[in-house]
Amino acid sequence: MSEDMKVVEDLTQSEYKWGFVTDIDADEAPKGLNEDIIRFISAKKNEPEWMTEWRLKAYRHWLKMVEPSWHNVKYPKVNFQDIKYYSAPKRKPQLESLDEVDPELLKTFEKLGIPLEEQKRLAGVAVDAVFDSVSVATTFKETLAEKGIIFCSISEAIRNHPDLVKKYLGSVVPYTDNFYAALNSAVFSDGSFVYIPNGVRCPMELSTYFRINAMDTGQFERTLIIAEDNSYVSYLEGCTAPMRDENQLHAAVVELVALDNAEIKYSTVQNWYPGDKNGKGGIYNFVTKRGACRGKSSKISWTQVETGSAITWKYPSCILQGDNSVGEFYSVAVTNNFQQADTGTKMVHIGKNTRSTIVSKGISAGRSNNSYRGLVKVLKGADGARNFSQCDSMLMGDKCGAHTFPYIEVDNDSAMVEHEATTSKVGEDQIFYLNQRGISTEDAVNLIVNGFCKEVFNELPMEFAVEAQKLLAISLEGSVG
Amino acid sequence: MIKIKDLKAEIEGKQILNGLNLEVNPGEVHAIMGPNGSGKSTLANVLAGNEGYEVTGGNVTFFGKDLLEMAPEDRAREGLFLAFQYPIEIPGVSNSTFLKTAINEIRKYKGEPEITAKEFLQLMREKSEILGMTDSLINRSVNTGFSGGEKKRNEIFQLLMMNPKLALLDETDSGLDIDALKIVSKGVNEFRSNDNAVIVVTHYQRLLNYIVPDFVHVLYKGRIIKSGTKELALELEEKGYDWVTNGELQETAV
Repeated sequence: MSEDMKVVEDLTQSEYKWGFVTDIDADEAPKGLNEDIIRFISAKKNEPEWMTEWRLKAYRHWLKMVEPSWHNVKYPKVNFQDIKYYSAPKRKPQLESLDEVDPELLKTFEKLGIPLEEQKRLAGVAVDAVFDSVSVATTFKETLAEKGIIFCSISEAIRNHPDLVKKYLGSVVPYTDNFYAALNSAVFSDGSFVYIPNGVRCPMELSTYFRINAMDTGQFERTLIIAEDNSYVSYLEGCTAPMRDENQLHAAVVELVALDNAEIKYSTVQNWYPGDKNGKGGIYNFVTKRGACRGKSSKISWTQVETGSAITWKYPSCILQGDNSVGEFYSVAVTNNFQQADTGTKMVHIGKNTRSTIVSKGISAGRSNNSYRGLVKVLKGADGARNFSQCDSMLMGDKCGAHTFPYIEVDNDSAMVEHEATTSKVGEDQIFYLNQRGISTEDAVNLIVNGFCKEVFNELPMEFAVEAQKLLAISLEGSVG
Repeated sequence: MIKIKDLKAEIEGKQILNGLNLEVNPGEVHAIMGPNGSGKSTLANVLAGNEGYEVTGGNVTFFGKDLLEMAPEDRAREGLFLAFQYPIEIPGVSNSTFLKTAINEIRKYKGEPEITAKEFLQLMREKSEILGMTDSLINRSVNTGFSGGEKKRNEIFQLLMMNPKLALLDETDSGLDIDALKIVSKGVNEFRSNDNAVIVVTHYQRLLNYIVPDFVHVLYKGRIIKSGTKELALELEEKGYDWVTNGELQETAV
């Protein structure tokens, strides 16, 4: 501990040496990336040395990697030296209750529609709000603690639950996994940590809101969820970012671990700034999400509604290791104007009688491009593995694109893999039919699109489903003339 | 209620309606009959505001307002209902969500409060019973996977739910067997009142045995060439369209 403190002290002193200017709004690192920046982030977060070392290892590995180019998206090269890797609200974020949160910050949350106070009282949702890089408020922690559930920021977990973090961090997505995962491992600033003990059913839905606020900051959150034997948790993640002309990078890593008979349900509503009508600005959303069904009869279910970001590159996946384990992926991806999405999933069947379901709904409007990319892989030992995939695309207008890239690799004769795909257009006849019943064209499009996405929305918790429908309506505003 | 004067319309540059005149008053049922290609469906679509058709002349007033100036949704909100010849499928949208949205849009337009869940359920129950519709049919996605007969029945169910001022039935009898025809007719007769009106567009006289019209018009080459009472339909059935169209040909030849 004293050694850790010394490291911290050394590093926090070097902060002055490098002349960091802490301006009125935020406490941040200068632009650029090198080992000193990584030490700075680690020190800022009072991390133990093993963590700093892990970050550095990831960084050194990242230096040897090349940015991937196989995806079906186009964008100018990201200058990784032109990004700030750490930005925290200036007020010291070690807060005990909501009352201590900066009122300006609370106002922002309110604008985002996350009334923490109200949620506290009404919704029964425990919220771990991440504002730029630091968790500023965590509610319901005590109620959860009674059941032995740990729900805190990942920084806190690194300090207070090092054994769990050491055991599981990087165990599903190693830092060597891919370019962005390596980058995230080196510079991740905050995120959520959830631990559900043996036999516990989490009594409420856990929720995190991410938001990128400061200019030119990358957001690199890191989330780790561990569900012990016979446990259950439903986790909700919402994302928004204010409008900026510059592109901002978001490279998150989410790792889920489900042990015997455990179930994790992970729902995302992603509404990062998509850029303006001409394709200027917007978030580059390069995310690695993966869940390991390590235990027998475990289940991991991903549900995502992706309406934002200039570019989305993410494939929430399931490694079905335990016998009889189940993986699910339900996705709605909406692109409008110049947005590009290359998203899908990977289902890797390792255990016997493992099952997976993929339902993907892509909606393209404007001049956008929407690709589904999915891998179903059945390994030799996965006797009786089953997969069902359904990929539907809907086109609005004639300047957008929809693509499907399914990859199927089967090494076991007893496996059954089914794939269905459709492409449809929002028809003028459908719109006229609804018009004729008194429904305006805009509402008609919303009805048609929501109907198209119904199977996915059904998987979302109620309040999220309502939000998702609203987001869809906003995203597609004016897409049909 | 509705006054159609010298209406001319074309589709893809082809003239279909050629100076059509028709006036319908509350409480009346008008049947429009005619051979294939005479412009029956075009009339229904033009009145409903389908953008695939271009109006090239004439005018239409609906309760004194210029109908042709209105957007399709406003025509519906003013009380014009089209039972489609080919009802459209809307996957994933349940009949009940769709109908509730439609009813509330019209109520909003009239400045009325939204229908309550209780009122709506009662209305659904009442109207579905008339047509012998099962709950599963009501809760399924709009027309999705419905048989031809179920689709037509669903149109009439919507008619009863929305209770408009003027119902345009575009070949509602096509593709129906005799039992389905009876059910659909029962629904239309249930709808009829002194305050509303029905225009039945049909090919065959058969439907008019069940939905008895006050007036029958023969449409040919985009114009009404003969009008009469229900007996005219029977005569047409017996003698065929040639009986009137020949006369028309002779007239135009003069």
